[in-house]
Order: sequence, then C-alpha cells, then structure tokens
Amino acid sequence: MRESVVLQNLRAQIAQIEGAGARHAVVPFGIDAIDQRLPGGGLATGALHEVAGSPDLADDASATIFLAGILARIDGPVFWCLRWRDLFAPALHLAGLRADRVIYVEAGSDANVMLAMEECLRHPGLGGVVGEIGKYSTTASKRLQLAAEGSGVAAFVFRRASKVEQSVEGTAAMTRWRITASPSEDLGIPSLGRPRWQIALERVRGGNPHAWIVEGCDATGRLGLSSALVDRPAAAEDRQVAA
Amino acid sequence: MRRVASVYLPHWSTDRLRRKTAKSPPDGGDTLSPTIPLVTAIPDHGRRIVAAVDAGARALGITPGMTITKARSFAPELAVVDAQPDADVDGLRRIALWAGQRYSPIVAPDAPDGLWLDITGCASLFSTEAALLKDLHRRIAAFGVAVQIAVADTAGCAHAVARHVPAGRPVTIEPGDHRKAIALLPIAALRLEAGIVEGLRKLGFERIEQLIGTPRGPLAKRFGRTLHRRLDQALGFAPEPIEPIFPEHLPRARRGFMEPIATPEAFARVIGDLVADAVDQLGRVGKGARRLDCYFHRVDGQTQVIRVGTAAPSRDPKHLSKLLAAKIETVEPGLGIEAMTLVVSLIEPMAARQGESLESLGKRGPDLAALVDALANRFGGRNVHRMMPQASAMPERSAATAPALDTARDAGWDDDLPRPARMLARPEPIEVIALLPDDAPRLFVWRGKRFRVTQGDGPERLHGEWWRDGGVEGEQPFAVRDYYQVETMSGGRYWLFRAGDGENPSTGSMRWFIHGAFA
Repeated sequence: MRESVVLQNLRAQIAQIEGAGARHAVVPFGIDAIDQRLPGGGLATGALHEVAGSPDLADDASATIFLAGILARIDGPVFWCLRWRDLFAPALHLAGLRADRVIYVEAGSDANVMLAMEECLRHPGLGGVVGEIGKYSTTASKRLQLAAEGSGVAAFVFRRASKVEQSVEGTAAMTRWRITASPSEDLGIPSLGRPRWQIALERVRGGNPHAWIVEGCDATGRLGLSSALVDRPAAAEDRQVAA
Repeated sequence: MRRVASVYLPHWSTDRLRRKTAKSPPDGGDTLSPTIPLVTAIPDHGRRIVAAVDAGARALGITPGMTITKARSFAPELAVVDAQPDADVDGLRRIALWAGQRYSPIVAPDAPDGLWLDITGCASLFSTEAALLKDLHRRIAAFGVAVQIAVADTAGCAHAVARHVPAGRPVTIEPGDHRKAIALLPIAALRLEAGIVEGLRKLGFERIEQLIGTPRGPLAKRFGRTLHRRLDQALGFAPEPIEPIFPEHLPRARRGFMEPIATPEAFARVIGDLVADAVDQLGRVGKGARRLDCYFHRVDGQTQVIRVGTAAPSRDPKHLSKLLAAKIETVEPGLGIEAMTLVVSLIEPMAARQGESLESLGKRGPDLAALVDALANRFGGRNVHRMMPQASAMPERSAATAPALDTARDAGWDDDLPRPARMLARPEPIEVIALLPDDAPRLFVWRGKRFRVTQGDGPERLHGEWWRDGGVEGEQPFAVRDYYQVETMSGGRYWLFRAGDGENPSTGSMRWFIHGAFA
C-alpha cells in the first residue's frame, strides 16, 4: 500500500516535469479496461499519439476509423493532413465524425504533411490534427509533441502501411497504438456483424503495453466490448504477467 | 526560372471594332459584317492610308501603309473606319488588367497589338503551364479576337515566336530551348526598325542564326547598339523587365529605398509597413483583402512578385503580413531590391467589426480563416478543402471537394449504407471464385495475395448514371455494379464489386474489382 502511494507520487512528479498530461484534458474511451491502463484515464489532448495499421489495407482502414471515432468524441474542427486522397469521407461520417468538422490538407509528401501538422498544432482551439505519413524521425516526433503541448490540441500521427518492425524506433509520442482487423462473430446468416479489431497499446508514457480485442466504432465513435470478449483481454494480461 | 508569355493579337484594331459595333451598333445601324473585309484608316499628308487590316483584307493582299484608294481597287466593297489608336491602347490595357486578375500579377500591355505575361510560378494555379496557356487562348478567342500565344524563358523569344510561328494553339518553348527556337526565325522577329532589317538583308542576313555566329563589332558600328541589345534580350543575356500595370481603384502602397535591401528580415519589416498602409486604405472603403500581390523591384530592372490569397476578406495586418512573410524565401533579391509595391488585387466588402471585449477574448473559437490561409498559401488552395456529399449513384463521385471555409451546405451521407474508409483511386481488377449470379466471392486474389473469404454481405446494386457522357457510363450507359462486403480469414473487410448484373452482358464485363477496405 505504502509502496503504491510512493509510486503514484513519483508518477505525478514525473508527469509534472514532463509537462504533459497534467495540463490538458483527457478523452476517455468509455471502456474501463482500456481507460485504467492510460495515465489520466484516457487519451491526453495536448499530446502526440501514434497510430498504425499494417501494410494490409484493411488494417489501415480499421486504424482510420479508430482515429475517426476518437476525434468524433472531441469538440472542435479537425484537420486531416494526407499525402494523397484515398480517404473516403462518408466512412468518417458513419463513425460520427461529421463532414462539416473536417478540413483535409493534401500535402503531397511526408515532409509536407509534418509541416502542415505543425502549422495546425500552433492553433489552439482545434479538436484534433491527424497526419498520415510513412516514415518520420524521433526529432520530428519531438517537434510535434512540443507543438501539441503548446496549443493543447490532440495530435495523431497515422503511420500508413507500417510494418511491425518499424515500431522499434524511438518516439516522443505519448502513446503508440497498432490497430489490426480481427475476425468478427459468425452470425450464421450471409451477413456481417459489427467489425472487431485488435487494438494494441504498444507504448505508453507512464504505463505498460497491453492489447485488447474490441468491437469497432458505432455511429458516435464509441468502441464496444462485448461480453463474449471480456475474458480474452484478461487471459492476455495473464500471459503478459507470466512473460 | 523565368517564364514569359507573349500574346499577339494580329488583328486587334479591327477585331475590337467588330466586337464593339456588334455590341452597340452605331446610329446609322451599320454593323460591320464579318464577310466584308475591314480596314482602319489614318490621315497621312492629305491622303488616307491603311492602318490596320483584318484577316479578310489581308487575304486580298491589302497591307498596312497602302493608300485607301489602292486598297479599294483590291476590294470595292471594303469597309473603312477611322482608326482610334487611343481606344486600341485602352482596350489592350483592359485586357491586360483582366489577365492580371486571372493569370499572373505581372501583366503589361505590349502596344500596339500584344500583351506580356510573366507567368513564372503561376502555372500551379492551373496545374500545368500548358493548361494555363490553353485557358488564356480559349478565353481571348472567345472574345472574338484572333490570338497567338508563345511562352519561353525570355520575353524576346516569346515575342518572336508568337508573331512568326502561326499555330492555332499556344506554342511552348521548353525551358532552355529559346536559343534553338529563335535561331531559324527571320531577322525581323527581333523587333528592329525596318531600316536595320533592310540593311541586314542587303548584307545577306536572313535568319537570326546567322547573326548569332557573326562577330559583333562591325555590325554594331554600322547598325548601332539596338541590334545586339535586342539579340541579347531574346537570348536571355540582357534583362528585359515587364512593368506591370494595376487597376487604379485598388488600394496600394509603395516604398522606395535609398539603399537596396536584400535580407528577408528587411523585407519582412517593409511588408509590415506596406500592409499597415493598405489595411488603412481598406478600412476607409469598408473592404477586406482577398488577394495581395507584393512586387519586388530589383536594381537590375526585373520585377518579382509574391501573391497570397485569403479564404475570407481580411483586414488583419498581423495575419496578412504573416501570409506574405511566409513566401519571402521565394524572392531572389539578386543585387538588391530598390522598391517594393503592395497591391490589394482582389477586394471584397467587409463590414466594420467591433473591437473585442475582455470577456469574449477567452472563449473565442479557433481562427480557422487564418490557419486555412496559411495552409492554402503553402500547399495550394485546392489542396485544403472539405469533402461534402454530392448526389451521385457512383460511390467515387458521392463525395466532392468544397472550399475549406464553406459550411453552408447540409452535411451528411446516408447513415445506413456501408462505405469503406479507404477507397482505391480506381478499382483494381481481382481474380475471384464466386457462384453466379449473386453470391459473394469465396476467394479473391489481389496484388498477388490470396484472400480467403469467411463471411460476406451483398449485393448492393448500383446503376450507372446513364445520362452522363463521360466516366464509366460513357462507354457503358447501362453499367451496373454489384457491390459485396466481404470479411477475410484475418478479419479484414473489403469492398468488391462485379461489373455487370451477372446475367446481361450489356450491363458490364462480369469482371471483378476491389474498390476499398472497411474498418
């Protein structure tokens, strides 16, 4: 008990020194199992987060909607910086991110996407900024993290077609996620149920990695955790502790 | 790299008269019929001579300088109108101002029958240089004015090619090719006095090529310095500035410097001053700036310009200065800038606003206009946009771009139609195993990878828009697509379709395509 209090104090002190998380609001997922793993009980605004799919287009699509769902639950205009136009706006609308909230910036290259993101992040009052890039350096992540801290805007770097081994590079991002599609429940009729994703929290500042299987966003951008799935994360946790 | 377009209006005087009388016929009701040759006349030592001819008159052999009496002997029905040189120049100026609004900030009339456009860096507004020139050509031709256009690295070369290479479309001399392009043109293309051209012809000089290879000394002695100045201008060795013109009524500010300046910091300071002046003028007339052109006049006579646009009228000096300052790096100061001019080239009404009270300062929404402007000026106005619903049966056309600050439209797509988060720019063909006519595929191969389908949903049948002439429907007016959502072993969801309804070949080729991926 005493030990955990000491640890908590230390964590609070570190958070204060790092200057992140403490000053800005957090966006909870509304699922306890996930929120309690995140410092502050949700995704910190005013910080940089990394999200990746995989080289598989379906996984990138899942990651897209994962992001859209988070942004749907934050107020304010959203800037989505792209290299080229393969994002289909009606799908964001279906996840609760309405068309009148999003402004797209087609920047053409990774370097330009980062320039556009930094420019956006200097403007306080936005709901969020997403940048889709292939590769970026630790230095770039630091710059974006600082810019996000300054304005209090939630920043997301979406690493397109990112391979698993790419995630070993250092980053200044607050969290790093990898979203992959997971087989959905068989309804027994020729129809598709709610999609399922494996969302892996690969890195979090002030916390431990973890993975969950969730049901994809509903029309308000909320993830679901069906009863059939509740046991599985627990099993995953046991494995992790054992490892 | 500088790119200059020269616009040549070969029959400007007569085209202008025809256009004018067609719009408002003179009291006599005498419009100028397009079938009757037309010339303009000026008095010369007690007789009248031809000043300008139209295409019909030229075809009959009538040339400027001929007496009217002689011209009438070629064509008795000839229409003769008194020349109005002032009105011609005035009309040219108006076209230049129009082109200045639309194509490039540096535009000047090139009396008596042409225009200069410095289109350096302006091509991106039309995506390519060729598209810009095509648009310019098409619009001037639509005025009913004959036009020839050429673009090259130097003004002299563009001028020569526009006048001596008759082509029905704009002629582009690729960067670096101007020497090659003018080599074969006649000496007269160099804009020399008739006497010099005649003298050179007597010496055996016909084409510019010959002139380039000949020692300069003797020629310069005989014909003066103009000859080689014109040659050097065409070859790009001597500067040939274009002095831009601006509409009189637009707010503008100018600063000249005792000593030329060349550093970005100095430019930024001057821009601040100029913007403050311009904003002051805008405030007095109740307008806001939509576009600013800042001209840098170099000591060598060249003019460079940076143009920025705003998404909404603005009178905020800080914001406008920032937009301009972001583009300073594109200015090449050379030996220095001796003067700077700021012209607010597009203005829109803007009401006076009350200053902010203390309470409103804290809870103000984000200043989207400022951010959108900054992004649009860096990445291009078309690349900062919203996606809005557009009524269309084909999914790829159901989302259309809209201006970034446009929120007026009702936003929303159907909530119950599944749509993929990632859509391929164009559907890619896939190999499938599926039961006809309407089962979802069991297996598909895309980009060399096999995907085993575990579950599927569909079809959603979409009919092409048969009333369209282009796109898919252009080739196949009764196009049908049957869309299926499928889930693969790994859980990935894809959007596949079959072109055609599975029975009737006129509805499509029955081939399968992948169009996107779902979450």
